[in-house]
Amino acid sequence: MATPGVLIVETQGATDRTPLAAAPRRGVLRALLRRPAAALSLGCILVLVLMAVFAPVLSSLGGWSPYAFDPKAIDADLGGVPLGPLGGAGARHWFGVEPQSGRDIFARIVTGARVSITIAVLATALTTAIGVLMGMVAGYLGGVADQVISRLMDFLMAFPALIFMIALLSALPAGQRQYLLVVVLTFFGWPYTARIVRGQTLALKARDFVEAARSSGASDGAVVLREILPNLRGTILVLSTMSVPGFIGTEAGLSFLGIGVVPPTPSWGQMIAASVSWYTVDPWYFVIPGLFLFVTVLSFTVLGDHLKSVLDPGGNPS
Amino acid sequence: MIPYLLRRSGASVLVLFGITLLTFVVFFALSPDPAVTICGKTCTPDRIETIRGVLGLDQPFLTQYGHFLQGLFVGRRYGVGENAVQCAAPCLGFSFQTNQPVLQMIAARLPQTVTVAVGAAVLWLLVGVSGGLLGAIKRGTVWDKGAMLTALGGISLPNYFLALLLQYVLVVRLQVLPFPDSSIGLTQDPVGWFESYLMPWIVLAFGYASLYLRLTRDTVLDTLSENYVRTGRAKGLPRGLLLRRYALRPSMAPVVTLFGMDFAGLLAGALIAETVFGINGVGKLAADSIATNDQPVIMAVTLLAALLVVVGNMVVDVVYTLLDPRVRISQ
Repeated sequence: MATPGVLIVETQGATDRTPLAAAPRRGVLRALLRRPAAALSLGCILVLVLMAVFAPVLSSLGGWSPYAFDPKAIDADLGGVPLGPLGGAGARHWFGVEPQSGRDIFARIVTGARVSITIAVLATALTTAIGVLMGMVAGYLGGVADQVISRLMDFLMAFPALIFMIALLSALPAGQRQYLLVVVLTFFGWPYTARIVRGQTLALKARDFVEAARSSGASDGAVVLREILPNLRGTILVLSTMSVPGFIGTEAGLSFLGIGVVPPTPSWGQMIAASVSWYTVDPWYFVIPGLFLFVTVLSFTVLGDHLKSVLDPGGNPS
Repeated sequence: MIPYLLRRSGASVLVLFGITLLTFVVFFALSPDPAVTICGKTCTPDRIETIRGVLGLDQPFLTQYGHFLQGLFVGRRYGVGENAVQCAAPCLGFSFQTNQPVLQMIAARLPQTVTVAVGAAVLWLLVGVSGGLLGAIKRGTVWDKGAMLTALGGISLPNYFLALLLQYVLVVRLQVLPFPDSSIGLTQDPVGWFESYLMPWIVLAFGYASLYLRLTRDTVLDTLSENYVRTGRAKGLPRGLLLRRYALRPSMAPVVTLFGMDFAGLLAGALIAETVFGINGVGKLAADSIATNDQPVIMAVTLLAALLVVVGNMVVDVVYTLLDPRVRISQ
């Protein structure tokens, strides 16, 4: 999404109404790899994840720590503009250096990938876990539990989440910001998963096989875990894939506003924010993190679109 | 319909109430002592005590919250004796930084934000809906594919990145546009005004337009495969009429729903667009207050955003019932 990641998982088409296919594991991957766009985005995501995992190794391969200043790479007489074309990119600094400090952009990009992806993956895991649990409880039990959970979801979704996150993060002390970000993103994110899971649980509950399991004496817990949850697999896969780019975008947006990841820890959004005062003389400083952010969000969005159409062949192909 | 609307407004009031409480808890329980912030670096303990007394910070939480609500609805008085300051309802307090009433600060900057928001909304609705229609009608053609590809890019492009790109290419390199200047009024210099707001509009609208394009295309395609549309076609209705009368109206229901919520949520987007382009609106005010930890202002902007979202949701409900007769019957 374009707004600094509104975290709404836009669900268009079939996801809302009918449960997706239960996703036979191997078939999905094979079907995805047969589609060039999906295969390409899967490849990009793989590269990004490897980059995040091996960030320390990669930055030492590049020869620079993400925190080391390099006064030789910048022109002190011109206020610290990187020496050389392309923002100082070359054999010494692969992606160039930051103006003023001369910190290596390659090292900061890979470290930033680690920070951004960790936050997004943690937030996705938590929202999915809470969302699925709450959605199944509300849908399966109905009654008072459903009322309470549904009203809570309504309240949270009617909340100006982004503005409130901004207010909350600016009020809280800056230490441990990464974890706080995950908590805040999860707090406002889970209803979007829960709402869809609730709807599908309601639909599944009325199906014959659930009835059969119940009449043969299965307990509520067993029905939910063995009959309903496996049938939600496809939906959960699509929803979680689609929420990752939202979280990455939101984290970058918050960091851009100066209330996300705290310096000196690098983050892509924060790098773009720092580049605002330099963009006229050193455009590479914002283009590089911007491109990484764009490609990451794009890859996850494309993958999510294709996953949905693989699991739901009846929908409108895009 | 009236009882339904009453029930909805009752729920909205509850949501707003919940938001004031939550915002208040966050600011007055979790954040660092505002008295210390106001007092600055050269500060005596006595002075901090005085400030606490004037702002009522030494009182228990519920009393403070009560005063806050009282200020919102009937106005309140800060301090005692001849130094007391009266703040009329709706009182949002005074800025810690400038000592101005927060309400005035917001009111003064509202026109710029409204200009940015309304312009962007018009742009994204026009582009998004017509693009989506075009894609649905010419499904599978180059037009459709091109539109969908652009929309995919638009969804993934962070708006602050787009803002910097546009500003660098159009202003710095090609010099076809001037640097945005929000002090130019529409009446004194219409061209300058338009040039100043053009980039913020595009930046704010691009992502939404992409989203609406995808949504419109999907729902129009869905509607076109409905039985009544097929019946219309079988009866020999001209294509144009079929699209206008049969397909467009039901397809607009989800678009309207989304639009109400997105328009109400625009304040967050305006925050970024205004910061990057230096437009002196409410968004920039919020960003500046965050930087200086000016709590009354941040809190007021949060409440304004909440009010917008709640009102937006109610308007959506009404328009929805007007658009789709099925909703009316089910109530």
